[in-house]
Amino acid sequence: MFKNIIHSKWFGVVAGIFILLFICPLFAPRFFVYILALIYVTSLLAMSLNMVVGHGGLFQFHHGVFYGVGAYAVALMLTKSSMPMWFGFIVGPVVAAIIGLIIGWFCVRLTRLYFGMLQISLGSLIWAIVFRWYNFTGGDDGIHGIPMPSLIASLNSSYYFILIILVICLILMYMILKSPFGNTLQATRDNSQRCEAVGINVKRYQLGGIVVATFFAGVAGVLFVVLERSVFPDLLFWVLSLEIFIMCLLGGWFTFAGPILGAAITVALRTFVGRYTEYWTLILGIMLILVIFFLPEGVMGFFQGLFKPGKKEVTERGKS
Amino acid sequence: MTFGPAELICQLLVGISRSMILFIVCAGLSFVLGVLRIPNIAHGTLYMIGAFATFSITKMFAGSSGFWIALIVAPLLVAVVSLIAERVLFCHLYEREHLMLLLFTFALSLILGDLVKIVWGAEYKSVSAPLLLKGSISILGASFPRYNLFLILVGPLVAIAIWLFTNKTKIGKISRAAAVDREMVGVLGINVSWVFAIAFVIGCYLAGVGGALVAPTVSITLGMDHTLIIEAFLIVIIGGLGNMWGALVGSLIFGITHSFGVLFWPQFAIVFPYIAVVIVLLLRPKGLLKSVW
Repeated sequence: MFKNIIHSKWFGVVAGIFILLFICPLFAPRFFVYILALIYVTSLLAMSLNMVVGHGGLFQFHHGVFYGVGAYAVALMLTKSSMPMWFGFIVGPVVAAIIGLIIGWFCVRLTRLYFGMLQISLGSLIWAIVFRWYNFTGGDDGIHGIPMPSLIASLNSSYYFILIILVICLILMYMILKSPFGNTLQATRDNSQRCEAVGINVKRYQLGGIVVATFFAGVAGVLFVVLERSVFPDLLFWVLSLEIFIMCLLGGWFTFAGPILGAAITVALRTFVGRYTEYWTLILGIMLILVIFFLPEGVMGFFQGLFKPGKKEVTERGKS
Repeated sequence: MTFGPAELICQLLVGISRSMILFIVCAGLSFVLGVLRIPNIAHGTLYMIGAFATFSITKMFAGSSGFWIALIVAPLLVAVVSLIAERVLFCHLYEREHLMLLLFTFALSLILGDLVKIVWGAEYKSVSAPLLLKGSISILGASFPRYNLFLILVGPLVAIAIWLFTNKTKIGKISRAAAVDREMVGVLGINVSWVFAIAFVIGCYLAGVGGALVAPTVSITLGMDHTLIIEAFLIVIIGGLGNMWGALVGSLIFGITHSFGVLFWPQFAIVFPYIAVVIVLLLRPKGLLKSVW
């Protein structure tokens, strides 16, 4: 497994990028470091969504809920309980995965649009509870000024923390997708009937995929709290979920690293366009329409297509 | 807290009147979903445009007639906006994958939402009900706003109008046929692309009607589309995709659970409809009534 990673021809490029990112805080301005860290958090979230959307073929419409649940879980652990601080960091993803298991258990009985809609309704239920439960979650104000362990209290140390966790998670995700489990998940996407015919329990694999993806979404939620030190109900709102969906599409959802690119483009544009105009969503909408019309496989998919002409299977996969 | 029967009945009627607005919007969404098979996320934004347009038109005509003019003009404006969006952009995408269409409607909602911000600004707006419908009447001693009574009367009228349209007119019948088997409709020599355009515009027109009707009851603000569209989706799902009567049943469930939630546990009032939806979906995963899919 590790041999595969090291021997792949992209390894040098990827390692170079990570080394560059690692020394970044030494010379880059503070704001730039913050934006980079935000991109890491968002790309981990987009990657976790892509595990079920791009690789699992599920209409995971409300992925933001698990991100928010992870963030709220760690925020509540850090502010309301006297448990050791690092314990909260483990609780976040685990709670997200448990919620993912519960919601997923209901959803996998349905397919496609019905799946997505049921997930939106269950997710909105959680959003509504968080939004209204003032005594516990802070309602629509959220929770601000969450204390952090001193080790990751400064911006630079939290940057390194986020980057390291991101790298670990990416390697784990890669391994999971290349494992028999990941291959089976992708097979259920391509042809679920045939999978059932050869004796694969499709629903169970889909549920497994959801649990894994929601776990990583919870990790992203924890990292968000590390970076921002605040949580608010918008993290669980469906608009955010669709934005993550767009990131996957923008980067290229049949590629492994596409969502990272999508997240980077979206966050960077939001930051830099947001400086000049308040009509940021207008720009995002126009960009999305351009992508839909001209780059249906996303930016990454487009470039991969350039390097590998004649490989047409990618276009066919999305249909069915 | 104690409630007399009068309060309960009043709250029930408030719930029903709110359901009627939801029903009009959801019937449009459901119609588009049935014919084009696309959950139109921009539907909520068109509803918002309807409400903002009602505000502007009511202001333009001082006096009581403004609202009535707005009730006719604002939905037409929404229909025009949707026709342009459909003919310029959307109609080129019908061959594409479902998810792309869904994301396109999301992009459309983002763009239209920001255009509303550019045109009307980010402040709260409010429309006052026309003179005829101001004030309230008394039901068993509890007061009930006249405007809500008006909504309860309008809802069934719209339902009958939609039923007449889909069952008695030729274009309605064609669009119903296109919902069931679009290839067959195309084979019969009917221009399916225009059927889709008309269905889309009619659905969006209903969103505009809903927006115009809701304007006097709420404060009109950016973001009202986001809350509405999610409710509309859930209603359409629990009613059965593309089924107009399903949209009615779903709206009633949603509106009445919400209004009783307000009565019994105001803090968590918005949670009740979601719980109702979850219960319905657990019992009938494909909706209460038959879906046209």
